[in-house]
Amino acid sequence: MAEKLLEVKDLFVNYGSIQAIKGIDFEVNKGEIVSILGANGAGKSTTLRTISGLIKPKAGQILYKDVDLAKMPAHKIVREGVSHSPEGRQVFGTLTVEENIRIGAFVKPSVDKDTLDWIYNLFPRLLERRKQLAGTLSGGEQQMLAISRALMAKPQLLLLDEPSLGIAPILVKMIFTAIKEISKTGVTVLLVEQNAKAALKLADRGYVLDVGKVTIAGSATDLLNDPKVQEAYLGKKK
Amino acid sequence: MDIFLQQVVNGLIIGSIYALVALGYTMVYGVMKLINFAHGDLVALSAYIGLMFYTQLIGLGVLPQPLVVVSVFVLTAIVAAAVALLVERVAYRPLRNAPRLSAVVSALGASMMIQNGIMLIWGPNITIFPSDILPAVSWTIYGITITFVQAAMIIITLVLMISLTLFINYTKMGTAIRASAINQDVAKLMGINVNMIIMIIFIVGAVLGSVGGLFIGMYYRGISFNLGWVYGLNAFIAAILGGIGNIPGSMVGGYMLGLFTALIAGYVSSSWAEAFTFILLILILIVRPTGILGERVAEKV
Repeated sequence: MAEKLLEVKDLFVNYGSIQAIKGIDFEVNKGEIVSILGANGAGKSTTLRTISGLIKPKAGQILYKDVDLAKMPAHKIVREGVSHSPEGRQVFGTLTVEENIRIGAFVKPSVDKDTLDWIYNLFPRLLERRKQLAGTLSGGEQQMLAISRALMAKPQLLLLDEPSLGIAPILVKMIFTAIKEISKTGVTVLLVEQNAKAALKLADRGYVLDVGKVTIAGSATDLLNDPKVQEAYLGKKK
Repeated sequence: MDIFLQQVVNGLIIGSIYALVALGYTMVYGVMKLINFAHGDLVALSAYIGLMFYTQLIGLGVLPQPLVVVSVFVLTAIVAAAVALLVERVAYRPLRNAPRLSAVVSALGASMMIQNGIMLIWGPNITIFPSDILPAVSWTIYGITITFVQAAMIIITLVLMISLTLFINYTKMGTAIRASAINQDVAKLMGINVNMIIMIIFIVGAVLGSVGGLFIGMYYRGISFNLGWVYGLNAFIAAILGGIGNIPGSMVGGYMLGLFTALIAGYVSSSWAEAFTFILLILILIVRPTGILGERVAEKV
C-alpha cells in the first residue's frame, strides 16, 4: 500500500464570483509523478495555486502529511516541503540567474552546496548564464530556472505548472528528462500539463480536469488508452 | 566661480535631505505600488520628536553632548519606525487588495492626521531648533565655507546610502525585498513573508526619513507643522526624476534636484526655485517618463 503524501478532499475554489473548482478529490502518493490534464480554464493552475496557498479555498481540505494546508499562509507552506514552479515561469527578471536560484533557498538557513551542484548538473545552461539577468534568458531556460528555484527549498512535493508552455520542442524534451531525474531522487511531482502525451509518458497516474471537476482518473497507461482522453487531449480521431 | 562652488555645496546639502526622504517613497512604491503620502509628514514629526528628545536629554544633564546627539538620532529613528508601522497597519494593510485609489485616499488621510496632530501638540507657529546642537566650527577650502553641520550631513547621508545599497544588493533579506518588488505572489512561493518585507521597508524608509527630518531642523533651524508637504513634495519629485521604485535612482534624483534648485537660487532667484523644479519635472516626464534610472516599463507576458 502506497503512502499518501497529499490528499485533496472535496475542494471548492472561487475566483471572484466564478466557481473555478467544484468539489474535486485526488491524491498523490509518495514518490509518484501525478499529472493533472485538462484544457485551458479547466482549473488546473487554480488547483496548484490553492495547494501552495496563493488562493484560499472556499471549502474542502488539502491534507499534506496529515496537515491541512488550506488554512496555512503561502510562505509557511514552502517550509512544510511543498515547492511550486508557477505557470509562465515567473522568474525574477531583474535578478541574476544565481540570485533567482539562491532566493529559492530562502527558507533554508544557508544555500546548500550539494543541491546547487546538482541543479547546475541538471541544467548546465544555468551555470553558464548564472551572472546574467533572468529576464534575458530564453523561455526554455527560464523554465529550467523556475524549476531549479523551486528545488532549492529541497521540497518533498514539487508542483510544476505547465513546464512545456511556449517552449521550443528540444528544450521541452530536456525539461521532461530533468523532471524524471528529479523524481528519481525521491521528490514527489504533481505536474499540470496541456501537453497530455508528454505528461502521461512521464507520469505514473493522471487525472483529467474539466471545468472544475475530475472527469477521468487512472494510471497513465489507462489514460493513454482511454478513447475519451485520446479524442480530447491526444488529438486522435475515433 | 565662488558662487558656483558654494551653491554646489548647498545643493549637496539639500540634495542629501531630498535623497534620504525620497528613498522612503521609492522603497514603499517599489514593493507596494503605493505613494505613501504620509512619509513627508513622518519626516516633519521626526524633527519635532527629535527636538523634544534633545531638550529632555539636555535637561537631564547626564550625558555629554556628542552622546546626546547620537541618542537623539537613535531614539527619533525608533519612534519614526514605530509610527510608520502603525500607519502601515492601520491605513494601508486593510486596503492591500482594494483598488489603488482607495489606498491613495487613505495615504492622504494618514498625512493629514499626522500633520494636524503635530499642529495640535506643538502649535501652528514656527518652532526653533537650538543653534548649539553641533559645534559651530566651519572650514574654508578654496573660498568655499563648509560648516560642521553641512559636513556631518553629507557624510552621514553617504554612509547611510552605501549601507542601504549593500543591504539591498548583497544580503538575503535585500534580495527578498527585490524579489517582493518584482512579484509578490512568487515571493510568497519562495517562503518570503511579504507582510514582513513590507514592514521592513516601512522601517528602513522611516529611519532614513527621520535622519532627514533631524537634518532639516539642525540646518534650517525653523520647523513648522507643514514642512512635510514642502520637503515631501520635493523628495517625491526627486524620486520621480530618478525613476520611482529605483533605489539608486532616488539617490541620483535627490542630489540632482538639490543641485538644480541651489543653482537656480544662486543664479536666478530663490523665489523662482520651485517653479523651475516643476519645469524640470515636466521636462523629465516628457523626455523620459520612467525617470533617469527607471526601468523600461514592459508588459509582462
